[in-house]
Amino acid sequence: MFQGFMVNAWIGASIVAVVAGLVGFFVVLRGSAFAAHAIPNGAFAGAAGAALVGINTIIGLGIFAVLGALGVAGVSRRGRHDVATALVLVFMLGLGALFLSMTVEYAPEIYSLLFGEVLGISSTELAPTIALAAVSVLAIVLLYRPLMLSSVLSDVAAARGISAFRIELCFLLVVALATTMTVPVVGTLLVFSLMIGPPAAARSFTNRPGVALGLSVAFALISVWAAIAISYKTNYPIGFFVGTISAAQYILGRVWAAVRQRRAPTLGRAPAAAPAS
Amino acid sequence: MNRFLSPVFAPGFFESSTIHTALAVGGLVAVASGVVGVFTVLRGQSFAGHAFGDVETTGGSGAYLVGIGPLWGFLIAGLAGAAAMEAIGVQRARGRDLATGIVLGAALGLAALFLYLSTTASSTTGATVTVLFGSIFAVSSSTIPLVIVLSAVSVAIIAVLYRPLLLSSVSSELAAARGIPVRVVGALYLLSLAVAVALAAITIGAILSTALLIGPAATALRLTKSPGRAILTAGLLGVATTCIGIVLAYDSFHWPPAGHGWPVSFFVVALVLFFYLLAGLPELLRARAAKTDHTTRRATAEMAA
Amino acid sequence: MNGTQSAAGREILEVDGVWVGLGGREILRDVSFSVGAGEFTGLIGANGAGKTTLFRVILGLQSPSAGRVLVAGRPRSRRNPLIGYVPQKFLLDPDAPLRARDLVGLGVDAHRLGFSRPSRARTALVEEMLEAVDATSFADARVGNLSGGEQQRVLIAHALISQPRLLLLDEPLANLDLASGQEIVALLSRISREQRIAVLISAHEMNPLLPVMDRIVYMAAGRAASGATDQVVTTEVLSDLYGRHVDVLHLHDRVLVIAGAPGDHGSANGALESIEIVS
Repeated sequence: MFQGFMVNAWIGASIVAVVAGLVGFFVVLRGSAFAAHAIPNGAFAGAAGAALVGINTIIGLGIFAVLGALGVAGVSRRGRHDVATALVLVFMLGLGALFLSMTVEYAPEIYSLLFGEVLGISSTELAPTIALAAVSVLAIVLLYRPLMLSSVLSDVAAARGISAFRIELCFLLVVALATTMTVPVVGTLLVFSLMIGPPAAARSFTNRPGVALGLSVAFALISVWAAIAISYKTNYPIGFFVGTISAAQYILGRVWAAVRQRRAPTLGRAPAAAPAS
Repeated sequence: MNRFLSPVFAPGFFESSTIHTALAVGGLVAVASGVVGVFTVLRGQSFAGHAFGDVETTGGSGAYLVGIGPLWGFLIAGLAGAAAMEAIGVQRARGRDLATGIVLGAALGLAALFLYLSTTASSTTGATVTVLFGSIFAVSSSTIPLVIVLSAVSVAIIAVLYRPLLLSSVSSELAAARGIPVRVVGALYLLSLAVAVALAAITIGAILSTALLIGPAATALRLTKSPGRAILTAGLLGVATTCIGIVLAYDSFHWPPAGHGWPVSFFVVALVLFFYLLAGLPELLRARAAKTDHTTRRATAEMAA
Repeated sequence: MNGTQSAAGREILEVDGVWVGLGGREILRDVSFSVGAGEFTGLIGANGAGKTTLFRVILGLQSPSAGRVLVAGRPRSRRNPLIGYVPQKFLLDPDAPLRARDLVGLGVDAHRLGFSRPSRARTALVEEMLEAVDATSFADARVGNLSGGEQQRVLIAHALISQPRLLLLDEPLANLDLASGQEIVALLSRISREQRIAVLISAHEMNPLLPVMDRIVYMAAGRAASGATDQVVTTEVLSDLYGRHVDVLHLHDRVLVIAGAPGDHGSANGALESIEIVS
């Protein structure tokens, strides 16, 4: 499974996993569950529209993912994620369903768009994927410090001149880029899983942000590699493996955290002074 | 009569038995969804509705694999989900977005597997579309009795529990102080929600079911603050939305691309959003007027100072 | 330009005639005061008196309808390298992989792009700050797992590490028990004296701060009176501020501000049917 067209699949998926791990770390840190759902939904409509119009799906994914990001930023500025946004998200899915109903190849197209595909990134799509990945990684690296502070203490960051809104906007755009790359491999419904499972698991194994970031990428790679390998052998959908492996990693993390809690409840603290005898 | 109606209703609309079934099922489902949906919005548990949608996706997919009707699949998965949510505690589940998100992700992954297996095993194409996005025109008339029973059950639960449910939705402490078994009421409500989502799922699909559940309800609550009137409005609005959606879908057979027809679920979801935004218009205009008024007053005050 | 120059040098903070209105309501009305270099100032006022709004104006997060704020003689800007800020409300996720040490480290250069290059000088600086606030024993624990008082101290270290001239703390004592609150006040007083950093701390209760305050800014009904504590906290000044009669009582070393029923201007028998201890 490591020859011919599969080489691209491995390379593409690895790149996707790295970006998902990096971006997902901040999605979990910021609690951006809403954005991580909203943007793939929009991307779904975009991909379907692209298939309908006959252009490359990545373009449709990208445009709608970015629009979704701008939409979420606009809504979060207003402060509430109310019913309107939920309805718009569902509308995006409905729109995607409409576009797909109009294209000729209905069933397989819609299936891999939703649940992913081993050969999701073809050789022609490898170049744009690498480009998107480069931009995403660069953005995360550049934004690292202000993003960290703004995610944890937004008021303090604001007092230091770090605008919470600007950080949110930049971050959402990076999520859009990451989504655009990830959807062809794992499908719109499971992008969320790949972005939150590995980082959620990673945080159970370390207190240090840098290490957690690295572990998040590592877990994402494991998830994607296992998914591709098993999917190649069994033909079962990638989305299934990503969803279950993410859950398994998360459970592993929680178990480990519980074990560690029991064995060393004061981890990170210097031992208290010995009581006077 | 026909001459007036034909621009709106494409030929053959009123004669088609598929349409009759669709209207009947759609209407019943809309009523149940509207009633249960009002409480979902009042309790701030739209998230739970979404969660049921995902879990029932797994159920519907499994149903195809096993060979039973999707409605049964939705229902069984929904009931299992309700039991799980009750055990974990829905209120806590909302706070633990991460854990529930991961569980739902695994559920969707499982759905992917079921759909794949059922497609290869029995070459039923279109299972994905039916489960996720619904195909109300494919619902057979033999399902109608079950739909009637389920709609009646979910509405009955709400009706019987109306006052304690209302109070505990607004303030669980107040309800508990009055001796209302808040936990039991909550569990029964979850049951009703699971059934309502299952019903909405056969109409517009499990993934889109949230729209029918909270859309008309939220719109109704924008228009009136009285829960009783909101329930009525939500039901009517839901029925209207579904019926209009069915009409448009039927008409769309003649729209491009020819011969295909646009999905009912698209129309329903679009209309739900449209009505919700429409209901927000009066308040938006009022806010704009108040703002201009305030700015004018400030300007006048500043000039006078 | 700077009419008020204390003997110690230019005032580090000048608030000059600030008005803030919101939705037709006036939150701050003609608030003026200044904080001198190295001074410990308490901003006292009940909840809703406008303390947080005032802080937001000082930090440049909100624009006043009128008036101005000068930080070391210059108009305040979005980024305030001279001001260290500890907000009132912050929620630190207990699962977030961030140690106290990491959070303090972010205080050095969070506004810069990229990763920070690890260096011995930087590590030493972080260590020094942690020691200054007595946080060394839990420096490697997750910030979200720390107690309220411990988190407070980490945030103070985070603010201190960028070498501000003014520390702004919004209601740090509000959610702390008495003992922790006293510790924080003592810590702040020590830092203020040792490093010549001005401290402006808001609270709704002035008694915990009485021993350490150089100056008080007392807020009520959107207005403020500032000066030495024993000059501001008097029946006359506060009654004028509140717009109704209040009594200032000294009980041992504590101060009680007591309001009668509105409209009650001190009846002959000292009506005690409805008293309200304001602070």
